[in-house]
This record gives sequence, structure tokens and C-alpha cells, in this order.
Amino acid sequence: MEELTNIFVRSVFIDNMVFAYFLGMCSYLAVSRTVSTANGLGIAVVFVLGFTVPLNYLIENYFLAEGALVWLGPRFADVDLSFLSFILFIAVIASMVQLVEMIVEKFVPNLYSSLGIFLPLIAVNCAILGGSLFMQEREYANIGQASVFGIGSGVGFYLAIVGIAAIREKIRYSNVPPPLRGLGITFIVTGLMGIAFMSFMGIAL
Amino acid sequence: MSESGKDPLFSGKNMKLLSTPLNDENPITVQVLGICSALAVTAMLEPAVVLAIAVVAVMGAANVIISLLRNTIPNRIRIIVQLVVIASLVILVDQILQAFLYDVSRQLSVFVGLIITNCIIMGRLEAFALSNKPWPSFLDGIGNAAGYGWILIVVGFFRELLGSGTLWGYPVMETLGVYNFGYEDNGFMILPPMALITVGVIIWVQRSRNRKLIESK
Repeated sequence: MEELTNIFVRSVFIDNMVFAYFLGMCSYLAVSRTVSTANGLGIAVVFVLGFTVPLNYLIENYFLAEGALVWLGPRFADVDLSFLSFILFIAVIASMVQLVEMIVEKFVPNLYSSLGIFLPLIAVNCAILGGSLFMQEREYANIGQASVFGIGSGVGFYLAIVGIAAIREKIRYSNVPPPLRGLGITFIVTGLMGIAFMSFMGIAL
Repeated sequence: MSESGKDPLFSGKNMKLLSTPLNDENPITVQVLGICSALAVTAMLEPAVVLAIAVVAVMGAANVIISLLRNTIPNRIRIIVQLVVIASLVILVDQILQAFLYDVSRQLSVFVGLIITNCIIMGRLEAFALSNKPWPSFLDGIGNAAGYGWILIVVGFFRELLGSGTLWGYPVMETLGVYNFGYEDNGFMILPPMALITVGVIIWVQRSRNRKLIESK
């Protein structure tokens, strides 16, 4: 349990997707004009990351990694398919996004209509693929840890995008130098937020 | 664009495809695409240059392939087709890097894989290659990737120079002897947030020289 809490805190604050690795920056910058849309996108990302990371964990450990196919029989023991991981991960993500979209549409129509176009767009959000690739690189011990990492990264993204949206709503009333307006000041504010998040560095439970 | 086949290969229109993404329609500073990988690999110059070259290669090739296939791809499954083409090309690049530039490939870690979800590539395939002939598509791909690349290289240049006092691993600041005058490296430049602030400053400089890019309130 302690290990899981530790992974969660690490993925939300220290290894924050946006501030430490700059993943999902495109949608982070494009969809952060108002808090309400940022909120919707954030929830969708938590959703999809929470599903795809454990799913890709299973694929990685039962299909792709060296020796993972041993359950098919001893002669598959030294098959290494890890070069296929990009293409399989992205296929899983694209189909999961489609599936999540259909489930949400059927059972939570309110959430569906508030997410709108952002749900399908998540398929090409680098934070999602990044989550799976980091999961592969860090070699989590079991599927529980992988899911906690997925959800934690999603929550980190959620915090970041809602935070910047709130700041951008306020900054509209400030007198920003014209060439910095819009994109430029958003970059700089994100940088400052990143510095603030760096103060979490070194925290371990 | 239907008559572009009759144009000479390097006609003004084709050259424009190559040059506008470098400044007026720069993917990073104007179209806001592909930021993700742009910032994470720029603490040093070498990985930045390698990633820039990788993106140029993937994007040129992907644009040509999609443009050749554009009349045979059913509209409904085009996203999957595009992703498969990009992912295969990225696997190629990744294997080449691991074979010949292993150290850099370790430094880039997941960011080679993330070229797949680099929105510039998807964006240009959608917006250009799907409706244009291979040669203009190729130029458009190269132009946009180069526009992305130069920002990457500029950011990498300043972060390595000011952060570690080296360029491509060569100790520039030490050779210049500025340490004797009390100069110290600014370790802050290597940390992730400074990449964002550096890009912010680049945008500031670019927009104050090119005023038509300024956003209205």
C-alpha cells in the first residue's frame, strides 16, 4: 500500500506530465482558455490514462517483452517483440478512446456532452502515449502499480490544466506586452508553475 | 493546387511551402503544434539536433506516403491509417538510432516514440498531404519539420551554453576563460521549466520583430 501511495504522489507532483516532461502540451495550451472546458478535458485524460496504462501493461508483459510469450510454450521463450510496442500501444490507445467514448455516451450522457470533441482528440494526446511508454521504461512490478501510475499521471495533468486555465482567465485583465499576449505569456506562466511544482522534488512517502 | 504538377519543381509556390513554416507559420511558435517533445529534449544541443533530424525524416516520408495513398484511403479510417504509417516510420528511426547512436537514443528515451503523437505530423497529414500531390506534400513536410527543428536547436543551444557552459559537449565557456572573471554556469537553465520560459522568450522576440503575429486580446 505504501508503495502505491508513493507512486501516486510521485506521478501527480514530482513526475508531473506537464511540468516535468511537457507531455500533452498541445491540448494543454489549446484547451486552457476557460476553466470549464479544461475541467472536461482533464477528467477525460484521467479516464483514458487510467484505462490504457494497465491495458498496455498487460500487452507489454504477456506479448511484447523478451520472454513474455513463454505462456504459449517453451519455444517462444526467447522471442522479443518489443520493437512492435509503439504500433500496438497506439492501436490500443485509439481503440480504448473509441470505447471510452461509447461507454460514456451510453451511461453518462451529461459528461459526454460536456466533453464534446475533446474525447476523440485524446487519442493523439502525447500524455496518453507517454504514460504507456514511461510505464514500459520504469518496469512496474505489477498491474496495480501500473494502474496507480496511470491514474496519478492523469490527475497531475488535470491539476496542471485547470490551474493554467484559471490563471489565463485572470490574466485577460492584465496589461501584457503585445508580443507576449496569448501564447508567449502562457509559456512563461507555465514555466513559473513548473518551478513551483519543483518544490515537491524529493518528497517520498 | 491541381495544376501544381505543371509547375517546375522549385517554382515560387513550391518554395513558399518550404519557407512560410520557418517564420510566419512556424509550427511551434504560431500554430502551437508539437510542443511536447520540443521542450523535453533541449537541455543539450546534441539530442535536440538528432530529434530535429528524426522529425524531418519521419515527416517528409509520412507526407509523401500519405499523399501517394490519398485517393485510396477511405475517409472514415484515415486517422488509423495515418497513425500506422507514422508509427512504422518511427519504429524505423528508433531502430536506426539504437543501432548507430545508442547514447543519444538513451538520452531521448521515450521521446523518439512520442514522435508518433507529435501533433505537427498528424496536423500536416490531415491539412496538407491528404489533398495534395506528393512533391508539394514533401516540401510542406520538410518545411514544417525544419520550422520545428530550428526552434528546437535554438532552445538547445541557449540551454546548453548558459546551463552547462558547453556546446555539443565542447567546453566553450572554459575555453573563453570567462570563469576566471567570476562567471558561473546557470544550473537553472537545465531544469525543465526553463525550457518553457526560453520558448516564451523566443515567441516574444519573434513577435516583436514580426508584428502581424501579435494576438488580439
